[in-house]
Amino acid sequence: MKYVDEFRSAKAAEVYFRLIKRTITKPHVIMEICGGQTHTIMKYGIEEMLPKELTIVHGPGCPVCVTPLEMIDKALAIASLDDVIFTSFGDMLRVRGSKDDLLSMKAGGHDVRIVFSPLDAVNIAAMNKDKKVVFFAVGFETTAPANAMAVIEAKRRGLKNFSILCSHVLVPPAIEALLSNRGTRIQAFLAAGHVCTVMGYEEYIPLCEKYKTPIVVTGFEPVDILQGIYMAVKQLEEEQYKVENQYGRVVSKEGNIAAKELLKDVFNIVDRKWRGIGTIPQSGFRLKDFYSEFDAEKVFGLEGKTYSEDPRFRGDDNESKCIAGEVLQGLKKPSACSAYGSLCTPEHPLGAPMVSSEGVCAAYFHYKKREGAAG
Amino acid sequence: MCLSIPGQVVSIDETVPELKMGKVDFAGIRKDVCLQWLEDVKVGDYVLVHVGFALSKVDEKEALSTIEMFKEMEGLIDERKE
Repeated sequence: MKYVDEFRSAKAAEVYFRLIKRTITKPHVIMEICGGQTHTIMKYGIEEMLPKELTIVHGPGCPVCVTPLEMIDKALAIASLDDVIFTSFGDMLRVRGSKDDLLSMKAGGHDVRIVFSPLDAVNIAAMNKDKKVVFFAVGFETTAPANAMAVIEAKRRGLKNFSILCSHVLVPPAIEALLSNRGTRIQAFLAAGHVCTVMGYEEYIPLCEKYKTPIVVTGFEPVDILQGIYMAVKQLEEEQYKVENQYGRVVSKEGNIAAKELLKDVFNIVDRKWRGIGTIPQSGFRLKDFYSEFDAEKVFGLEGKTYSEDPRFRGDDNESKCIAGEVLQGLKKPSACSAYGSLCTPEHPLGAPMVSSEGVCAAYFHYKKREGAAG
Repeated sequence: MCLSIPGQVVSIDETVPELKMGKVDFAGIRKDVCLQWLEDVKVGDYVLVHVGFALSKVDEKEALSTIEMFKEMEGLIDERKE
């Protein structure tokens, strides 16, 4: 596949492994933000090949993992109604709320459908005027414009039976939350390349300067990741801190201006709760009042409704042993969790990072199996 | 969830000005993709697609220069013969 295979070349990967090894003289800790990058690192065994001085920690960039429990419970409450068709990307279906998940609801006879694009949900609404069609709008800045477009399109087509349950999260406030934590050991970031195709990388420059931390916008193929790591290591060794772009073939400094304009038109920036981490100020999107007829929380009267977190998922409960919160902040690796691989597996997950295929615990489990399990 | 894949634009449909659509080929699989946010997109261009939306055009010059750099780096490593 063009523009994919070239970036999976074993020879190019070997070159970057050797360059990293040659450049590094002291220990460094680098965090990759995005779950897609975590997946590549695990799938290709990149971590094992890197010099021992280098520690790669995995960030909170899995929207499925950080969607708060109350949003899942709101999704379940809506999906349980007889006149509703609930639509979602597939990976949200297995995440448990306080009692259940969307897949079990589907198995129980409720109309829950997986869609490829939010525009598919709009088409379902157009074809089922007697039903209320709700789309679970989850994701980072990469996905938010697509969901904004679904709302615009529903409005253009005059659909009165379409709404979105909006739980969007934003990357830069999460990076700031991680860096401002005094206990952080992160010295450099690989920024999520696909978020930057939309947003560009201007907003990372003040973060990089404030925390004197290198940030390298990085792609998703193995050679992309290795080149990104090499660029970050080089900066750390030279005691520099700047924003660099490894992923120039699809990321520009200003990003996609039309998509950014759309985000401004449709969403307000609000505080958002991240599962396992807590509330991060100004870290999410919510529909503007102008589009309130498409806001499922308003349509179904769920605004302000809270649900209590099951202690097993909270990550601070001795009984559960789940350390999802610390794993999502890069403080601990899944192998440091005593439940990993024994009590907690993809078939029977305790925490959200074991549910999504991009979740760090699931990535460890799929590619590293039980190596290092139970400490 | 941010999974995005490059594919080649095979047709463009501008019947609805607010929703420019097109067919994009991903190594033989063709999908309907929204091209609304790419002003100057043409048939034959490679675009990066996420949940049915093209987020950016693949900059061929940039891609080739990165691939060229891999080759230069290989040369550099070979010369030094670790």
